[in-house]
Amino acid sequence: MFGYILRRLVSGILVLVTVSAATFALFFYGPSDPALAYCPETRCTPERLAAISDQLGLDRPVVEQYGDYMKGIVAGDDFQAGAISIACDAPCLGVSFKLRLNVTDYLWGRFPATLSLAIGGAAIFLALGLTLGVSAARRRGTFSDKAIVSSSLVINAVPYYLLALLAYLYLISEWSIFPASGYYSPFSAGPYAWVKGMLLAWIMLGLVYSTQYARFSRGSMIESLNEDYVRTARAKGLSERRVTLKHALRAAIVPVVTIFGLDFALLLAGTIFTERIFSIQGIGLTALDAIGTKDLPIISATVILGATFIVVANILVDVVYSLVDPRVRL
Amino acid sequence: MTESDFLTSAPPASAQQGADAAPYLVVEDLTVRFPTADGVVQAVTGLNYTLKQGKTLGIVGESGSGKSVSSMAIMGLHDPKRTDMSGSIRVGGREVIGLSNNQMQTLRGGEVAMIFQDPLTSLHPFYSIGDQIAEAYRAHNKVSKAQAKAKAVDMLDRVGIPQARNRVDDYPHQFSGGMRQRAMIAMSLSNDPKLLIADEPTTALDVTVQAQILDLLQELQRDFDSAIIIITHDLGVVAEMADEVLVMYAGRGVEHGPTRELLTHPEMPYTWGLLSSVPDVTASTESRLLPIPGNPPSLLNPPTGCPYHPRCAHRDKVPGDLCRTELPELIPGRRGPAHLKRCHLANPDMIYETEVLPEIAPDLVELVTEESLEDTSDPRHPGSPENADQIDTPQRRAPDPDGEVK
Repeated sequence: MFGYILRRLVSGILVLVTVSAATFALFFYGPSDPALAYCPETRCTPERLAAISDQLGLDRPVVEQYGDYMKGIVAGDDFQAGAISIACDAPCLGVSFKLRLNVTDYLWGRFPATLSLAIGGAAIFLALGLTLGVSAARRRGTFSDKAIVSSSLVINAVPYYLLALLAYLYLISEWSIFPASGYYSPFSAGPYAWVKGMLLAWIMLGLVYSTQYARFSRGSMIESLNEDYVRTARAKGLSERRVTLKHALRAAIVPVVTIFGLDFALLLAGTIFTERIFSIQGIGLTALDAIGTKDLPIISATVILGATFIVVANILVDVVYSLVDPRVRL
Repeated sequence: MTESDFLTSAPPASAQQGADAAPYLVVEDLTVRFPTADGVVQAVTGLNYTLKQGKTLGIVGESGSGKSVSSMAIMGLHDPKRTDMSGSIRVGGREVIGLSNNQMQTLRGGEVAMIFQDPLTSLHPFYSIGDQIAEAYRAHNKVSKAQAKAKAVDMLDRVGIPQARNRVDDYPHQFSGGMRQRAMIAMSLSNDPKLLIADEPTTALDVTVQAQILDLLQELQRDFDSAIIIITHDLGVVAEMADEVLVMYAGRGVEHGPTRELLTHPEMPYTWGLLSSVPDVTASTESRLLPIPGNPPSLLNPPTGCPYHPRCAHRDKVPGDLCRTELPELIPGRRGPAHLKRCHLANPDMIYETEVLPEIAPDLVELVTEESLEDTSDPRHPGSPENADQIDTPQRRAPDPDGEVK
């Protein structure tokens, strides 16, 4: 098991290096000059552009810049910008072009909002999705099963951003049913304010994701309810509740865990639509803004962060798998 | 009954009650139908049989003949929302059809237990063997987890798992096929069931293990005085285990009688077909098997008349197209009241001896002919069920080298 995790970590690091190299390549070999974003459109002379490039270090060879960047992540770095010096300890993800801030600290400040959003949303969609999926599977073919499946398809068919936008417009702006969002208040500052700022975003995220989980867990549950060992459990004289929850669900939940691990990692990497619509200052919104301003260090950092979450989630899912299923040995 | 005395105690008193005791299981006119999108599947139609404590009934037939469906009905394992059941199933005098799921729970795994065909898929892969046996025990006994675990160890020991104490925490995938089926048997016997339904208990096992499992079942039957229904398509298993045999075809009983009687004097062409499909291990490799031609009928739309008539080689011997138009009753033939058959043939015994037997077991013809002469002189005493365990299928007896078969 230990050796397995070590191997997976090594291959995960290779993935991260590849991902960050690809981000650099896209940035520098793309159609527009990154320095142009910081050069006022009307008064941008070639001299000025060159000065900006020089100041940001963009005129150096790309490989050298990438090497410095990697070095910063491992060993830390100090940035000199004119008179100001910005300290950046390892893991140093660079200094933002636009904001002139240490990116690691900046993202760290943004992360709690994304984490809160992910935890709340995941709690809702997991609970809702599994409950709906399991009850639909138990009532397969009946009206309530069909109602669950078809309503989940309908919700899924509407683009998420439209649904979230409409919810925001009506439920917050127009009718004020939900408290205004966008003022992320840390959990430590009191749970009420924390919940208040996130509530509708959680519900929308939970609702939309839960439709997939309902369908997926329904399918998985139908399969396991047809297994011979569920018949054995029933033949033992166990209650229907115990047969469903302890025997069928236990097996049905394994594939759901896999999907959940990856979905949760994606949520942690930032939910661009949700954060944008409900103006939650999280990783997703940060990435979106950084793309607009061609702020390479921030873009690159969010990409690496997202990739890290996915790599780690993959390893965790496999470890959890081996804990849940005694037949799997890592 | 505590752990220690169930291991040592003599068979319960009911064993001595003799043949007059009321049957423990009575199945009367059982009909099971599954409405589906394509129509109604007539899985079981008008099935009747009874079974006493300590006795074994073998149910044989092809896949889809209704043998498993009828047995699962006894356990109430069919989803009531998807199943139409009528008729009567009485277990220990108590009507089972129409019981609610909650009422069935005390019966299931308690008075009636079941062993399934494939022990690998029938055991939950995520729970240890011991947990699964303990769970079955706790479902019917108010005991602590530790006591249930001790019971599980005892049961595993009882069914011959070596070092049961160490193996009790193993998972099913760590057991061999035969050990898994032993564990299933241990689970099903943990509550001393009065009726054990074994649904093809040896089909998934290799031959040497099969014999061990059958021996184990017989031994446990003696100790627990259970009634056993053994569902199989292996006539060798039936010959070894069963006191009585019920042959099913297309959801109906087509022949029913004491094992020895039925296997030596089958009166229904479908039974002949089953007998002729058994491979003879001593036959030369060139000799062909004699399978039953055609496929089992669709239960959505069963054939008219006798359901077997489309595949029956002897239907021309019945005058007036009767096989195609009229369903024969399951009634005693010429061989006494204990042997029931569902067939229009007037003289099945003669056809079997002159046409069927020479083809499937030529060396037995003489023997059976002599025997049948004896038997017909006193038709009220066909082969006695008590001796059933001494006989075998004709195919098994055929290779007997010491010249008894003459």
